[in-house]
Amino acid sequence: MVGSNRLSSRILFLYVPLALFTVFLLFPFYWMLIISLKPNSLLLNTKVNPLYLTEFTLRHYRYLFENTEFPRWAWNTAVVTFGATLLSLTCSILMGYALGRFRFRGGNLMGTAVFLAYLIPPTLLFIPLSQVVVRFGIYNQYWALILTYPTFLIPFASWLLMGYFRTIPRELEECAMIDGASRIQAMWRIVMPLALPGVLSAAIFSFTLSWNEFLYALVFMGSGQMKTIPVGTVNDLIRADVFQWGPLMAAAVLGSVPVAIVYMFFVDHYVSGMTAGAVKG
Amino acid sequence: MTTAPVRTIAPAAPLPLRQRIRLWIESEPVLAYLFMSPGWLILLLFMSYPFFLGIWISLTDRTVGLPTGEFVGLRNYRDLLRDGVFRLTVLNTFIYGFVTVPFKLLLGLLLALLLNQAFRLRNVLRAALLLPWIVPTALSSLAWLMLYDPVLSPFSWLLKDWGVVEGSIAFLGSRVNAIVSLCVANIWRGTPFFAVAILAGLQAVPHELHEAAAIEGANAVQRFFAVTLPVIRGIVVITTLFSIIWTFADFQLVYVLTKGGPANSTHIFGTFAWQEGIGGAGKLGMGAAVSLYMFPILAALSAILLRYVRSQET
Repeated sequence: MVGSNRLSSRILFLYVPLALFTVFLLFPFYWMLIISLKPNSLLLNTKVNPLYLTEFTLRHYRYLFENTEFPRWAWNTAVVTFGATLLSLTCSILMGYALGRFRFRGGNLMGTAVFLAYLIPPTLLFIPLSQVVVRFGIYNQYWALILTYPTFLIPFASWLLMGYFRTIPRELEECAMIDGASRIQAMWRIVMPLALPGVLSAAIFSFTLSWNEFLYALVFMGSGQMKTIPVGTVNDLIRADVFQWGPLMAAAVLGSVPVAIVYMFFVDHYVSGMTAGAVKG
Repeated sequence: MTTAPVRTIAPAAPLPLRQRIRLWIESEPVLAYLFMSPGWLILLLFMSYPFFLGIWISLTDRTVGLPTGEFVGLRNYRDLLRDGVFRLTVLNTFIYGFVTVPFKLLLGLLLALLLNQAFRLRNVLRAALLLPWIVPTALSSLAWLMLYDPVLSPFSWLLKDWGVVEGSIAFLGSRVNAIVSLCVANIWRGTPFFAVAILAGLQAVPHELHEAAAIEGANAVQRFFAVTLPVIRGIVVITTLFSIIWTFADFQLVYVLTKGGPANSTHIFGTFAWQEGIGGAGKLGMGAAVSLYMFPILAALSAILLRYVRSQET
């Protein structure tokens, strides 16, 4: 009797709420997927139950590759994402190292400044920043995003890495330096390998944030062939009021897959990055 | 062997210049500023400079395509205060930023407590349920756009099928409907962030304390308030403040779902600044002023957050 009581309370207080959360949080993805595979005849027939897929087609995906600029958008997104991630990571490792390990006047102030920079949202800056981008002659070029994404990537990644570098004992480096290594050698050979999990967290976060960015991509690189996947999908695939839901959802699926894959491989790094970087400080 | 005595004498003589420069560069303060310079260069050029440029632009009537505008003082700010659409925008942003947060917090807390239990597939579920927060918001918002479609919405279909409603629901058709719909989509995206942050905090709750409290006769709710909550309070406060700041300064979800419509009634600061400054007439000065109206609120929230983070560190 006690056992069955426990089981029923487990169902009521654990499995049922979990099922509700799962439906709420995953249903939009399910919907995205089935619409991207559904033939138009079924899609527009409001009499049949829309929640199931009775037959499927890859037509919408083919349309995306043959009749739209989607492949070009994907290339643009990849170039910008890798460029911005590489640049931000280099700057952030150096900055995080300096803030986390060196004792110098103004160190605390610099740390606070980085934290505050992290809180400045793109919506506050995008209009004057568009003028800066035009003035520097990089409007509608890859550099427009590769150089502006670091404004939100560097504060976050530096803050995260600062925390990682702080946890590594100073004695390790000091020993290496007594043994004749220069400071730079000690940093590369001793400290960096130990901070690698942090670097990886910073890298996948930078990748995700760059891949997902919308506002700067819309304003600084939003015309002609230079669109990224989110901007191209939202602006070009929605023409007037005629929604081509099939290709739209196919683009949404394909645009989400890269981050979803990276995420699936590195869930724990995401979680530790989120909590170490954003929350614990 | 023969060179050894020479080396011991060397320090007495002044060091060669190259070596002195090397020693100077390798001293901690110099190296620290050297290391930080690439990062700060980018932040100064693309963050500080546009910030001050934005203040200047907001005091002019500059438009897209014209290099400079006339200085107009505070006219843009004053005109905005008299603009009904802007006042509605302020109200919408507060609703959007503050009303969604308690829902995200409560649902996230609940989800975290559930995921903290031991059950099969726990790790798979934890990974899957974080997806709304990971996937590009502009793209997941497209899924919501279709879920809210006046004709094809599956919600309307289900409710009609069950006989709850007669016709389809216009989820985005009126201001009230549209704001509720926006909030639901925002709660959907933000809940996993709260859940995972709080879940990480729950790992720090000592198991023995729970057992001791249970032996003393405390029930689950009492244990939550007496044992769990004090441990995760810091994370809850910080996550909440972060979420308010981000929601307040959001853009993509509203841009994709309503573009501020119907009839400009669902704008938030970000989308209204875009429409004024870039999208519509290209009034850069006006758009910059809309953005800068966010600044005092963001500054206040940031100050609270900073103070709180500091107090947690010590």
